[in-house]
Amino acid sequence: MPFNPKERELDMQNSIESEDPKSESGRRKFLKKGLVLTGAALAGTAKADPPPPWMTRPGAPLSNYGQPSPHERAVIRWVAANTDAPGNGISWTPLERLEGIVTPSGLHFERHHNGVPQIDPAFHRLTVHGLVGKALSFGIDELLRYPMASRLCFIECGGNSNACWHQEPMQAPAGNIHGLASCSEWTGVPLATVLDECGLQPNAKWLIAEGADAAAMNVSIPLDKALGDALLALYQNGERLRPENGYPLRLILPGWEGVTNVKWLHRLQLAEQPAMARNETAKYTELLPSGQARQFSFVMEAKSLITRPSGGQTLPGPGLHQISGLAWSGRGAIRQVEVSTDGGKTWRDAALDAPVLPKCFTRFRLPWRWDGSPAVLKSRATDETGYTQPERQTLIAERGRQGYFHYNAIVAWAVAAEGSVSHVYA
Amino acid sequence: MSMRDLTLALLLTVANAPAQAAPEGPRLGQPLEPAAISAQDITVFPDGTGLPPGQGTAAEGKAVYDAKCAACHGPNGAGGSAEELAGGKNALTSAEPDKTIGTYWPYASTVFDFIRRSMPLDAPRSLSNGEAYAVTAYLLHANGIIGERDPINASTLPKIRMPNAAGFVWAYPERQPR
Repeated sequence: MPFNPKERELDMQNSIESEDPKSESGRRKFLKKGLVLTGAALAGTAKADPPPPWMTRPGAPLSNYGQPSPHERAVIRWVAANTDAPGNGISWTPLERLEGIVTPSGLHFERHHNGVPQIDPAFHRLTVHGLVGKALSFGIDELLRYPMASRLCFIECGGNSNACWHQEPMQAPAGNIHGLASCSEWTGVPLATVLDECGLQPNAKWLIAEGADAAAMNVSIPLDKALGDALLALYQNGERLRPENGYPLRLILPGWEGVTNVKWLHRLQLAEQPAMARNETAKYTELLPSGQARQFSFVMEAKSLITRPSGGQTLPGPGLHQISGLAWSGRGAIRQVEVSTDGGKTWRDAALDAPVLPKCFTRFRLPWRWDGSPAVLKSRATDETGYTQPERQTLIAERGRQGYFHYNAIVAWAVAAEGSVSHVYA
Repeated sequence: MSMRDLTLALLLTVANAPAQAAPEGPRLGQPLEPAAISAQDITVFPDGTGLPPGQGTAAEGKAVYDAKCAACHGPNGAGGSAEELAGGKNALTSAEPDKTIGTYWPYASTVFDFIRRSMPLDAPRSLSNGEAYAVTAYLLHANGIIGERDPINASTLPKIRMPNAAGFVWAYPERQPR
């Protein structure tokens, strides 16, 4: 916007008269003027516009902790909880409004069984006992002195995408269907280091992890995972864990269903057998058509979805569009993501953004020239084990529709001729 | 550490060494007395390990259930805003299966363990062990698994065989990455 001394003079007068930040009418006039400026810019008028108001006066002061722009206030988690028990519920990550692979900490999905405890770290300790050489207790300040490791990995609730078991496709933004999955950089102490300090008895086969929340949520974890890539996380995306993500200590089991990544971790019990806790028997098990149920189905299998364009969005018109989406696998790195714009008749390889990390969100992209006719968009991921994400009918043929957990089928979005995007089974 | 303990510790280290060597920590863990552990340890295993003293019957549990559970779980364990606990009629192989304690839960120990650690939602850990046993008995009776006057305690609870005890197949361990 070119500088015009005359216009600027007028603008300054305007400012003095009407832009008193303490005056409500001044605020309204300011906003109105902003709209006029925008209108002029859109009309492409040849008249030289004055600089925008944020270039003609000092900006806001510095702040102790930055917040998103007020223009982004629609980018929030979608909360769904039992009205009788507001701490027992879920909130979805708005995947369709985010880019890249890292989920902002404040938008990481939540699943709490009885609210978010407000824990004073000075009074929080990790107890390790059971079939150990010696039972030990660790304070948070002590754990902060241990060797740490960082890794980027996703966490996905076992119940993510469960609306897709329904007979009819749910019409909702992508994040409200598939957003019980988020990806962060987690930093903490390898669990193996702490177990090594305690020593393990030869008959120790399972590790029962318990949180210090009002549900005392607990699950049983096979020892080989605990001694593998398990992390006692203290940090998320560079800062200490958020309360709703387990502050001050969370168990991170890369690639395994969310419920095993126990938040507010305070007790680890080595045992010969699993506890058969409620959340590994009555819940987080998948009923099959045979009447049998899959239990201890820890690994989140390969999955992908197109986040843009996706359900509820509208394409402004034919022409070149950028398809963007996420793929992940609990078994390792994503090797390939294919995208179809004709409902699965033909597929093209999408480009994978670096870094492509194991058990981590991977961003894929594909430019698409839309001719304006109805189209069905799909993506399918293949991981480093060679496993490919199944079509919905294949998954249902194998699992039935009562499994509730571990839905990882291909997602289809229909683009109508007028540009609206809806969720379809295709 | 006695020589026996030392030998045991050495054996343990060898027997269960991590697959990849863990980074060495500063060894700041503080030893725990057995009393400090038992104060925290609320895990109950299917074989009854971890069950506390005390007992209760379904008849005793009804009063506790009506006062503290029915508001969310409904009268007799069904029809409330929370989980259906009893009254399941549809088979697990049906189009709309009922997954109640009687039709789905594989172990009776889980009922006691979950009540004691998590319930009631607005006041977890407020029930005495006797009350938790009694509510467990009430729910097992509501599902037709035990009689109204059968005492449920550390000895009787692990002996109960649940109707769906054989209904689960472990998905782990399974295929490994190449």
